[in-house]
Amino acid sequence: MKKQAMFLTAIAAVALLVYSCGSGTPPPAADAPAADSSMTAPAQASSQTPTDETKGMGKFAEVKLTDPLDQTMVTSGKSTYEVKCAACHKLSGEKLVGPGWKGVTERRKPEWIMNFVTNTDEMIDKDPAAQAMLQECMVRMPNQHLTDDEARHLLEYMRANDGKK
Amino acid sequence: MKRLSLMLGLVAATAAMQSCKMKTAATAVQGDAASKTYVAPGKYDEYYNFVSGGFNGQVSVYGLPSGRLLKVIPVFSVFPENGYGYSEETKAMLNTTNGSIPWDDQHHLDLSQTNGEQDGRWLFANANNTPRIARIDLTTFKTMEILQIPNSAGNHSSPFITENTEYVVAGTRFSVPLGSEDVPISSFKENFHSTASFISVDKNSGKMDIAFQIVLPGMNLDLSHAGKGPSHDWFFFSSYNTEQAYTLLEVNASQKDKDYIVAVNWKKAEEYAKAGKGKKVSAPYAHNTYDEHTQTATSVIENEVLLLDPKDCPDMVYMIPCPKSPHGCDIDPSGEYIVGSGKLAALIPVFSFSKITKAIGDKQFEGDFKGIPILKYESALYGEVQKPGLGPLHTEFDGRGNAYTSMFLSSEVVKWSLKDLKVLDRAPTYYSVGHLMIPGGDTKKPAGKYLVAYNKITKDRFLPTGPELAQSAQLYDISGDKMQLVLDYPTFGEPHYAQACAASLIKDKQVKFFDINKNKHSYVAMGEKNAKVVRQGNRVDVYMTAIRSHLTPDNIEGVYVGDEVYFHVTNLEQDWDIPHGFAIKNNPNAELLIMPGETVTLKFVPEKQGIYPFYCTDFCSALHQEMSGYLRVSPKGANVPLKFGTGETAETVAAK
Repeated sequence: MKKQAMFLTAIAAVALLVYSCGSGTPPPAADAPAADSSMTAPAQASSQTPTDETKGMGKFAEVKLTDPLDQTMVTSGKSTYEVKCAACHKLSGEKLVGPGWKGVTERRKPEWIMNFVTNTDEMIDKDPAAQAMLQECMVRMPNQHLTDDEARHLLEYMRANDGKK
Repeated sequence: MKRLSLMLGLVAATAAMQSCKMKTAATAVQGDAASKTYVAPGKYDEYYNFVSGGFNGQVSVYGLPSGRLLKVIPVFSVFPENGYGYSEETKAMLNTTNGSIPWDDQHHLDLSQTNGEQDGRWLFANANNTPRIARIDLTTFKTMEILQIPNSAGNHSSPFITENTEYVVAGTRFSVPLGSEDVPISSFKENFHSTASFISVDKNSGKMDIAFQIVLPGMNLDLSHAGKGPSHDWFFFSSYNTEQAYTLLEVNASQKDKDYIVAVNWKKAEEYAKAGKGKKVSAPYAHNTYDEHTQTATSVIENEVLLLDPKDCPDMVYMIPCPKSPHGCDIDPSGEYIVGSGKLAALIPVFSFSKITKAIGDKQFEGDFKGIPILKYESALYGEVQKPGLGPLHTEFDGRGNAYTSMFLSSEVVKWSLKDLKVLDRAPTYYSVGHLMIPGGDTKKPAGKYLVAYNKITKDRFLPTGPELAQSAQLYDISGDKMQLVLDYPTFGEPHYAQACAASLIKDKQVKFFDINKNKHSYVAMGEKNAKVVRQGNRVDVYMTAIRSHLTPDNIEGVYVGDEVYFHVTNLEQDWDIPHGFAIKNNPNAELLIMPGETVTLKFVPEKQGIYPFYCTDFCSALHQEMSGYLRVSPKGANVPLKFGTGETAETVAAK
């Protein structure tokens, strides 16, 4: 029974995606489904939006990485993870609500990660990789309103989780 | 007796007039009315309109000019939508010295002001029955504070405010003995008093305190308004039943040709209070405040108030004769004109503040009412609006020198000129209009574009719904010379007064979510890692988290019949408009609605063993239906250990 419900939900979600993709432009705000947070405040694309598609959309065009890891940032990132992210993301590769974090810094560019966690709605609406993830997970990632610093610290924590030194 | 038959005659004549107007109802609306109120999908209204809920004890928020209902704010009533008054955090808001009173009659509203203009910070609301004043924060539309008013009954002439929100007033409708002495009702004249309470408001936090109460003779205070500009230091209350009747008031309180407008110099009162002219008396009252950081309300019982007796405080209170049973007492934007509306009078008296000041200086008195000087009517009067209609109630202003008065008996709005007191226009209402509202119409800067009439009785406006019909609000475009009816729409409860302000004043200040890192609730679960279940004796605290799309923990065992289970649900979302709900089967309490970043607590005392499903009640994502869990309740004394988790299955446990 539950499986069936999930399957139906999946069809509905895919249908929505097809609808929004098919029109060539994002759906107008008034047509968005009630649970879709994109209707409340359209994300503002910054002038710094990267031109490289693999970097996603948002204000982070260039992220400078540290070498070695900044342990202060790692610690701060961990505490943000525990409050705002752990409900849905495991540190292993296993999917919970969202994908597991293991290897995420290999799969995605740092800019993509920073843009995704801070500009969530626009990324889910427009970025092909983010849209593919939505089809898999069936739940839009909540915009957790991370500050730029929180996002950066989280990235550092992800890198530590991926074994970077 | 003669007077009574005259009144009956008036009522009969009015009924006849009403029936004429009924026929013209359909033709009163002109062709372009719809376009004036059409707000296209995705577009916003120009004004927020806050409307009192009357007997439902709530405040409803409409958009203008569309008339769309946007929200209902629970203030003096428990509310099923979000568990207000049921959740452990909000129960204290409804506490009084008589225990929890989960209902009241909410009559009037006032928006906070700075320099006589709306500042969009707070909305004040009164409870009529068990006297209380509430403050609502306009960044969250939440009730933040409720103050009980002692030595009062029928808290009608409130919550009107001074120009800089220095004070909110609460005037008694029913006179009662002060304190709790047991006296015969027939000793009304000796033992009963009305009081005008002045509640100070902290400039920054909004926190309210009863600064002092002015003790007045036994009579009924009805409405009030503060002066402004030149009359800044004064507050004016209308009164009726200066006959001091205590039975069959419909006849016995309508004997005299004139009642009074009570003019109070609150600046003087403030000085007297500071100078120790008052008397501190024992008077317990509840003071309830909601702390936005701990997200929890507390109720404190305060024990005394400061009474000011006009006898000890010369020049503080004067009586201005006003025909007859005045209802509204409205001050024009300049602060010079005070409009009294005698609901049984066939004219509208307009008083002049400068003449009042002069009359006081010249001691032009015609006697006193229980020691309070009565000004000569003529010496305070600016003029009378002749034959305005029947049953003038309440007046608002458009800022262009015009006044608009509602006529209860002849069911119309009458526009007249403050300059020459000539009637300029009249428009029918359907029917029995009470208050009127122009956005900012009681401030220094009215926005004279729209006027809303709130009707008390509605016989044929909407699809019938049994004996009780929806009351109606009627929206008029008043930007031209003639008023034009452009919309009517049903309202929730029986609205009395209302307020409206430009949407731009508060729209962009709206809180979108509560920062989870600032959540100081004593039972917050800061992240799923901290979700847990703790038992202490027969009390079980569940620190639960909610995020799209699961609750943690979602399996709980080891709870017994008779345990007091507290579900403290923290919403981990940080996204606008993603509340989660929480409900558990067979709970006689209520359910919750938890805003993003907030913690709210539901108490549940299971009375029978069994499996109790719980779930999120507010649709939150495609997997909302899956956001659920189970509580196992075992018989008292059963040997089931406390156990909780999320994502644990028999298989995963076995694998370990």
